[in-house]
Amino acid sequence: MVIKFPYQGSDFTACGDLVKQHTPEFLRQLFYQMLRIRRIEEAVENKYHQDQMKTPIHLVIGQEAASVGACSALKKSDVLYCGHRTHGAYLAKGGDLKGMLSEFFCRLNGCAGSRGGSMHLMDKSVGMAGSSAIVAGAVPIATGAALSIQMKGEEHVSCVFLGDAATEEGAVWESLNFAALKKLPIVYFCENNFFSVCTPLEERQPDGVEIYKKAAAFGLHSVQVDGSNVLAVRQAVAAAVARARSGEGPSFVEAQVYRWRGHGGAGDDSDSGYRDPAEVAHWQKHCPVDGYADLLLGEKRLSVQQREVMEQQINDEINAAFQHAESSPNPTEEDLYTHAYCN
Amino acid sequence: MPWSDAFIASQQTADRQPVAGRELSYTEALNEALTLALALDPNVFVLGQGIDDPSSMFGVTKGLAEQFGAPRVFDTPLSEEGLTGICTGAAMHGLRPVYCHNRPDFLLLAFNQIVNHAAKTHYMDNGQTHVPLVIWSAIGRGWGSGAQHSQAIQGLLMSVPGLKIVMPSTPYDAKGLMLAAIADNNPVLIFEHRWLMKQYGAVPEGIYEVPIGKGVYRERGSDLSIIGTSHALALAQQALGSLKTQGISADVVDLRTLKPLDHQIILESVKKTGRALIVDTGWAIGGVCAEVACVIAENCPQSLKAPIKRVGLPDLPTPAGDTLEQYYYPSQQTMSAAILELLEA
Ligand SMILES: Cc1ncc(C[n+]2csc(CCOP(=O)(O)OP(=O)(O)O)c2C)c(N)n1
Repeated sequence: MVIKFPYQGSDFTACGDLVKQHTPEFLRQLFYQMLRIRRIEEAVENKYHQDQMKTPIHLVIGQEAASVGACSALKKSDVLYCGHRTHGAYLAKGGDLKGMLSEFFCRLNGCAGSRGGSMHLMDKSVGMAGSSAIVAGAVPIATGAALSIQMKGEEHVSCVFLGDAATEEGAVWESLNFAALKKLPIVYFCENNFFSVCTPLEERQPDGVEIYKKAAAFGLHSVQVDGSNVLAVRQAVAAAVARARSGEGPSFVEAQVYRWRGHGGAGDDSDSGYRDPAEVAHWQKHCPVDGYADLLLGEKRLSVQQREVMEQQINDEINAAFQHAESSPNPTEEDLYTHAYCN
Repeated sequence: MPWSDAFIASQQTADRQPVAGRELSYTEALNEALTLALALDPNVFVLGQGIDDPSSMFGVTKGLAEQFGAPRVFDTPLSEEGLTGICTGAAMHGLRPVYCHNRPDFLLLAFNQIVNHAAKTHYMDNGQTHVPLVIWSAIGRGWGSGAQHSQAIQGLLMSVPGLKIVMPSTPYDAKGLMLAAIADNNPVLIFEHRWLMKQYGAVPEGIYEVPIGKGVYRERGSDLSIIGTSHALALAQQALGSLKTQGISADVVDLRTLKPLDHQIILESVKKTGRALIVDTGWAIGGVCAEVACVIAENCPQSLKAPIKRVGLPDLPTPAGDTLEQYYYPSQQTMSAAILELLEA
């Protein structure tokens, strides 16, 4: 049994104080968001083999606390960008589920009109500004959004989700340098899940050089956080957002997470040999959704009955959204030719 | 002093014609365009390496930082890909960046952001986002510029959907196309040529736009059509001038914009003359010359009295040395020979 990347957090053992900082409604809302993402991802995964969603998928199962914790610190008017692993960011930012599923089913009313697919989810009405399927491609763009916010004197904050492998791209460091130079209102949120497709971190980055410390060396306020702990993520990102909003400049948050499924597609692929299935099982013992539920149940912020109601509500929403997507119109040939340029 | 004004000026045609109206240099015209745009629209900003240094982009950005202040006119770190993405993001959020480079060669570091992002965003998100971004650069030539400081890369970008590509050739066009590019809601690449930048010409005051996507006749004639842009077209026009005593006349079509390409003016002229010489400052194969030739071949082959001829660069990197360079670049003589061959064919 080889566990190369053990969970280093403390589950929710020291969260008593954090729990007290929030209302029960807010705490339950965080749980609801995570549970919703988990169930949506599972539903997508279950139906994926039917080959009706003709789009590559990158599931966030196991990483829900990162998406939800980070987005809970952002306002609707704050802008968010992300990479190819879009589902968590999009849903946590408030992106429309029907628009997402219609996009997966390649329908005209998908959130990008079937031009983008799963790697380009966006919903501007809630500040989900876009994404790039080129690793790290959205990092400079989000930095440019922050420049725009600063130049126009707006109150918003820009945020971008990036993976550990994205930090191997030069444009990330060009962006961090520029953001620090100009004190831009931006939060770089790095979900370190230790893998780039099948390649583990130690084959890509030198041992012992931590990602968040590199960002610190570029002059950013930078922290590392347990990405399976939604309250810890929320706290770290909220502090970063507050800094950005008050003109103190950019921050970097490295959240250590683990993806339970393969890099892309449905199911876990660890039996192909690039990681030990025991490592997945190890992380599943520290489930961000169940662990948090246990915390809330223990602290009497959530009841078993409330949880059941949530499950039902989510289930109904998912069924309705799939029905909507599957019965939506396909684009026509004419639709291919619109928006070649804008006026 | 490799890039001394004297050197560049010596490459200009001696015959500086008197013009009607106010006369400006090419760089003054560009400077005026940027000044007007910055004054008109608070969302416009101008950036680039050394933009406010003593040489200030060959003078194009001279005085802008003083006039409009550092937040709107600023020098940048050496981060071409990052800054292109930052400009793209800023454009997507309502600003109108003008990102200037001394050389197109440096844009090669930014292809990811130009090709994968700026060009694609509007289409990819089904028209939800605009990218009003201008990227300006000046093609170098001579004095050892060599393989990495003299590339004319417009041909590489011509097949990228979503981009607009502009190549001015007069001070009037330089100003009007810059203003049109800044006003455009799509990413626009402007490629100047260093050897045109000391020209003088009539430039009206105030704001005007030269329409993007429309070519213009510089001359009208009957024997052939000379089609191209920028310095290559200027050279061909000089060659034509030297052949006038032989009674040769030509349509000289300045495309002004390579993308979208003005098919109408190309076909109109070639249908009339039946002979086409296509010229470009870039490599002849797979680029501007090839595309224009294909437009003709596909649309009016029956009008052709002779095979299409193209004059661009050979399929080689630019050599740095002076002697080799003379063999590498088409000269006025190359152009004259091409015209004569076309007429004899
Ligand atoms: C520039 C670029 N190189 C390679 C790829 C192929 N690719 C897609 S996702 C991926 C892994 C990225 O890992 P990371 O950034 O850590 O994000 P994760 O998938 O773990 O969420 C790779 C290599 C790509 N899309 N873009």
